Amino acid sequence: MSVAAAKVSVVSPTVSDSPAAVHARLRGVTRVFRLPKGELHALGPVDLDLGRGEFFSVVGPSGCGKSTLLDILAGLSRPQAGTAEFEGRSIQDVPDGVGVVFQEDASFPWLSVRDNVAFGLRRAGVDPAEIERRVDYAIGFMGLKDFASSYPVQLSGGMRQRVCIARTLVMQPRLILLDEPFGALDQQTRLLMGDELLRLWRETGATVLLITHALDEAAMLSDRVGVMSTRPGTFIDFVETGWERNRDSRVVSTPHFGDITARLWEKLRVEALKIMSSGKA
Amino acid sequence: MPKFVGTALVLISCVLLWQALHLLVGESSLASPLRTCAKLAALVVTGEFWANVAETMRAFVSAFAISLTGGILLGIVLGARRLAGNVAEPILVTLYSIPKVVLYPLVLLCFGLGISAKIAFGVMHGLIPITLFSMNAIRQMKPVYGRTAQVLRLSPTQSAFTVILPAILPEVISGVRLGFSLTLLGVLIGEMFASQRGLGFMLMSAINIGQIDTIMAVALLLTVVAVTCNSLLLLLNQRMGYR
Repeated sequence: MSVAAAKVSVVSPTVSDSPAAVHARLRGVTRVFRLPKGELHALGPVDLDLGRGEFFSVVGPSGCGKSTLLDILAGLSRPQAGTAEFEGRSIQDVPDGVGVVFQEDASFPWLSVRDNVAFGLRRAGVDPAEIERRVDYAIGFMGLKDFASSYPVQLSGGMRQRVCIARTLVMQPRLILLDEPFGALDQQTRLLMGDELLRLWRETGATVLLITHALDEAAMLSDRVGVMSTRPGTFIDFVETGWERNRDSRVVSTPHFGDITARLWEKLRVEALKIMSSGKA
Repeated sequence: MPKFVGTALVLISCVLLWQALHLLVGESSLASPLRTCAKLAALVVTGEFWANVAETMRAFVSAFAISLTGGILLGIVLGARRLAGNVAEPILVTLYSIPKVVLYPLVLLCFGLGISAKIAFGVMHGLIPITLFSMNAIRQMKPVYGRTAQVLRLSPTQSAFTVILPAILPEVISGVRLGFSLTLLGVLIGEMFASQRGLGFMLMSAINIGQIDTIMAVALLLTVVAVTCNSLLLLLNQRMGYR
């Protein structure tokens, strides 16, 4: 596996000057939750530019607002301050062209794998022949062919997560948001699912934002990794990995992978220690 | 061993136990299985018996329909509104644990002697369990289903019918099973007091004149009907036992 950049390049935590094509943009995004005991400043202010077709990962200590950031991009949550844009338009509700895969198993147990995958397309009133075509493709792509008529309860956690990814994939999203999608899976399955994800990313040309707590996952999969601080979460570092587009999980054996992971941990360790010393971990 | 063999063994044991008890306590206290069946066969050919069955069915069907729709709707509203649910839950649980028969005189005063009182008493028994089960079904629904419906840009109607309803259905049916038995119980108790028609009334008059075989025959019929309906609902539940 060749490595494009021999050294990890580190970009300052400020936003890089407008990339060629910005697909999604956050400016001064802040989220505060009102709780019975007072306010909880969960996130921000955060600035972020996602380049079109970029694979971007977010790592950060637990409770730093990573999922909140994803919710804002998905239109599931509104920021109190700042702006969130997707394809030049302000994000109000869930925007067309955005697909989300959650950490929890979101497959519908009352539907077969095939019906699960076709679910969104059917509700959207897509032509049945087109549904067939896209569902067949997605089921084949995610290696679910032998399980098309099975029910989620008959599948392992990894297979169910594939069903959820396939259900998102058939909608042909241009921005795919993944909230720790492999968090509940074992290490080997996670590496293999990472390969699947890279393949999906290359084939669809979609922009990907991956939330993860696994440094190795972020280092192996991403073009760029954003490191977040403890709450209220802000980006304290952006690390460009410099991998070539045609990469897979075998990059973990390269020294460069170690460099990236070390760089991420160096930044994250300080934040994780803050949490530990505050007794929240 | 196939499942039906087990069921058959249980049934045969029950009949044997029944026969043994009959021999122990005597004809005047417990009719034998054979005599009960003979009595039931004799009863089903009389018009009076079917008039009583029809009366009970009328009250039961009305009471069950009210318990079912009211319970599910109330349960969904209370499950979706956290504050309303938190306020209503202890009240419902307390009402549920009251021996409702002590309130029957009040029911009679409110609804008068007749079918309305029986229906009301059936609803008093069946509504609360269906409400509680439906409420918990909504509360325990995985939040990720709702989020998935949102990110797939479903309309509220689509979410309700294609995500929420199938997600809560297994628990709701469990509640309906319980509600079914309790509504029937409520209607029969209602018929046993201050009523001139129905199977409950028939039971009570048989008790008054010591017709043990009639009591047993009606009890047997009710048991068979209740067990059959319950088994059908259980089967439906297992069909959907996807979690």
